[in-house]
Amino acid sequence: MDYQPPPFFNRGPAPLVRLVFFASLAVLVMVLDARFRYAESLRQVVALLVYPLQRTALVPVELLSAAAEFFTTQVALKRENDELKTRRLQDANELLILEALRAENKQLRRLLDARERLSVDSTLAEILYQGRDPFSRKVVIDKGGHQGIQAGQAVIDDIGVIGQVTRVHPLLSEVTLITDKEQRTPVQVVRNGLRAVIFGGGDRGTLDLSYMAANADVQADDVLVTSGIDGTYPAGLPVAKVSRIERDAAYSFARITCIPTAGTDQHRQVLVLSQEAGLPAPSGEAESRASGLPKQKRARKRE
Amino acid sequence: MAFLEQSQRILLPANRAYIALTFVLALLFNLLPWRDVTWLPDMVALVLTFWCVHQPRKIGIGIAWFLGLIMDAGNGALLGQHALAYAVLAFAAIGLHRRILWFSLWRQATHVLVLLFACQLLMLGARLIAGGVFPGFAYFGGSLIAAALWPTATFLLLLPQRRPESVDQNRPI
Repeated sequence: MDYQPPPFFNRGPAPLVRLVFFASLAVLVMVLDARFRYAESLRQVVALLVYPLQRTALVPVELLSAAAEFFTTQVALKRENDELKTRRLQDANELLILEALRAENKQLRRLLDARERLSVDSTLAEILYQGRDPFSRKVVIDKGGHQGIQAGQAVIDDIGVIGQVTRVHPLLSEVTLITDKEQRTPVQVVRNGLRAVIFGGGDRGTLDLSYMAANADVQADDVLVTSGIDGTYPAGLPVAKVSRIERDAAYSFARITCIPTAGTDQHRQVLVLSQEAGLPAPSGEAESRASGLPKQKRARKRE
Repeated sequence: MAFLEQSQRILLPANRAYIALTFVLALLFNLLPWRDVTWLPDMVALVLTFWCVHQPRKIGIGIAWFLGLIMDAGNGALLGQHALAYAVLAFAAIGLHRRILWFSLWRQATHVLVLLFACQLLMLGARLIAGGVFPGFAYFGGSLIAAALWPTATFLLLLPQRRPESVDQNRPI
């Protein structure tokens, strides 16, 4: 005859058993998320549950900024108005030059029989908050799948590329900044047209131009723009400026550090560019998705 | 009970709705749009440790796991990273709950510091394996701050369980 503990003491499986169960479940989810991206539907469901909490968490910040705006003094407004007027005069001059240049450019392009650059559609979005995950560099914007945002779209501010939409929720989307370690952007040196791929530096505000030969023609203060050959970013958007070059004979590649042109940590309003149509779908899509390519590259290929 | 450093008060039973409310508030704190503050205390981990130590029969590893999943989805982190760390944290806190409660509040806080620190190390390990960047040592400052908040958290979280201090000559305790 065996003795059972009285039901009063019965507390289900032992803590160690529970821990092993839940820990292995967590590891399973992690592997699915990091390697195969099968966990997206689970993430969508949980994210939808968290959405009201996220919006509520934004309320105090919005209230604070609204209050700060309300108490802006008239003097400050006057000063800002004057500044803006001066700026407008300066800008008007440049705008006139720009108009002339645009007309000239158009004519030259027609002469060259070059394909005219399409002006791409864009969606204005606002950065809600910076991702709290300290291991990656992401921001969350207030437009999502319902507004037609798709993963892989490029995100710019008024001076240059800030990143790429990597995950779309129904009402929000996550933008991986170009400074994220996992993010790569195809670029071109303006001065000589040299093509390269720029990698995020991971830490705050730097980019690395990797796999450039030690004797590559790159100089400090070179401007890098998107090359547009990937079909994701429109060509010619400013990305970064070369800040430091280390050429060490011991390595076959130069260490080139760049600083992003766009204020990846500054602005609140951003533009989400829609994809340029007309590029053929990449061949061998199924194979590339099955193999272990890095996340962003796959997101880009999926378009 | 003379060897206890503080007198133990007899508390009312904990209310499940109140426990849920504290978790929601902690989640709200964690989801506030903090800019680049990596040394932020993880309030959910702190509240979770508290309830695992004080109410191990009400809060368990399963709830910790689910809270972790919510944190992951809310922060856009690797799914399962917080879930794993919180499950281990809950296990350790439940295993140690009898020991921890013998100490004074500040000595309890040192235990909590070790638990939270281990929790962060787990997350760091998971992310480094998955290809993240090391966020700098300021990241571990979050544990220090959270542990320093332990006495305050204890006072606040036990508040609804305290009886009113009415002077009653006929009551034995």
